[in-house]
Amino acid sequence: MDEVLLRSLTPRVLGILVRRGADFAAAEDAVQDALIDALRVWPVEPPRDPQGWLVTTAWRRFLDATRADAARRRREDRVDEEPEPGTASGADDTLQLYFLCAHPSLTPSSAVALTLRAVGGLTTRQIAQAYLVPEPTMAQRISRAKRTVAAVRLDQPGDVATVLRVLYLVFNEGYSGEVDLADEAIRLTRQLAAAIGTDHELGSETAGLLALMLLHHARRAARTAADGSLVPLAEQDRSRWDTAAIAEGVEILQAALARDRLGEFQAQAAIAALHADAPTAAETDWVQIVEWYDELVRLTDSPVVRLNRAVAVGEADGPRAGLAALATVDDSLPRHTAAAAYLHERDGDLATAARLYAEAARQATNLAERDHLTRQAARLNTLR
Amino acid sequence: MTKYLLLKHYRGAPAPVNDVPMDRWTPEEISAHVQYMRDFADRLEQTGEYVDGQALAPEGTFVRYDGTGRPPVTDGPFAETKDLIAGWMVIDVDSYERAVELAGELSAAPGAGGQPIHEWLELRPFLTEPPTITE
Repeated sequence: MDEVLLRSLTPRVLGILVRRGADFAAAEDAVQDALIDALRVWPVEPPRDPQGWLVTTAWRRFLDATRADAARRRREDRVDEEPEPGTASGADDTLQLYFLCAHPSLTPSSAVALTLRAVGGLTTRQIAQAYLVPEPTMAQRISRAKRTVAAVRLDQPGDVATVLRVLYLVFNEGYSGEVDLADEAIRLTRQLAAAIGTDHELGSETAGLLALMLLHHARRAARTAADGSLVPLAEQDRSRWDTAAIAEGVEILQAALARDRLGEFQAQAAIAALHADAPTAAETDWVQIVEWYDELVRLTDSPVVRLNRAVAVGEADGPRAGLAALATVDDSLPRHTAAAAYLHERDGDLATAARLYAEAARQATNLAERDHLTRQAARLNTLR
Repeated sequence: MTKYLLLKHYRGAPAPVNDVPMDRWTPEEISAHVQYMRDFADRLEQTGEYVDGQALAPEGTFVRYDGTGRPPVTDGPFAETKDLIAGWMVIDVDSYERAVELAGELSAAPGAGGQPIHEWLELRPFLTEPPTITE
């Protein structure tokens, strides 16, 4: 059974239940129950109409739950037993669900969890595993999130920018477990891009985010060595990059850029595309990359962008120019010390570089980076 | 079964035998060390004795309540702090002897020159739930 296909039906089925009059929280529970039923039943009895099967099962689950509730609360008359099929398009339903699950009233961690469950169709257990928290903690986070958005009407236009930030988080911060969150983020962004269309004000940025994810995902196999250590971009075996993902990312990005509604995700994707385009690290077009960083500084004025720009300047105009650019960046930023170490090494000052790499290792916020930076310090100390 | 916390210290433990800071090892020695730690955890997962393991950043903050309506007071990090935890591993084993055996193995992780570090690890038993049968 294709579990991804099953999960891709989630938002549409949920949308149909909501249009039939179910409130979001109850409908979402019912769809989750139906998905679990499907995982059990479909391998034995594959349905002829998977979506129809899910709608019927979820609706029955919803009625069962509502009846059980009604016995206490006497509210069954709110529910129509034999509802008319809905008329609004599936794409609109899907879009509204994205808006709801990434509603600005939710904290980022709640929005991520709710999106993965209600739009992505993941089970609470899978989401809990992915973020290394106990399942009851994740269940609680999701039900609190549902209560937070309970009063939000599903027919209001939502905030696409918030949705994009949530999807970016899903892509960037997956940990472990049976579901690959990077793949899932790409699937959800692809689905969002299809639902939103190219005419929307943020259609190009949605495409830009999808391109950005594809271009970074393409490097994944080359990013870690067999022993789990990080391999920096310049040292990656480029023959291991996924050329199909790169081609798709570049194509999506070019179409987006042609619509002339530039945003930060498109600019970030353009930088990733320039790296993807270089047959060897030495052939990287750093001058163009610096230009894109200038664009990003203009769009975001983010100190992290200025930091990355300084490293690119170091490649384009030499390490001294890079260090001069770095001197204007807040030195309390994560990775500032690591960037300084790298530029000093390129400048030939190995003693300073080694000292800064060791300091950067102490400041690292994850183990893989810490080990990598310690190795860099060790490498230079061994040379001297 | 008893759970034990294996504590690794940045500061506060007696000095190890092979006491060379990691950035003075060779990159290969670092890789060998990382691999040893990884293999150790994998092996404990296979024996059904592994519970959890985490590493901590060296710098933290002390925080305390400062009264109603006031933000908490923060202080530190203190350079003079004598005891600084670097990370932990939680194991669930049948006996104290087994816990000591495993801590000893972990302490044998290779360091400079590929030789065991002989690092001092702190072994602390968890306080458990009371048993059902007490007489």
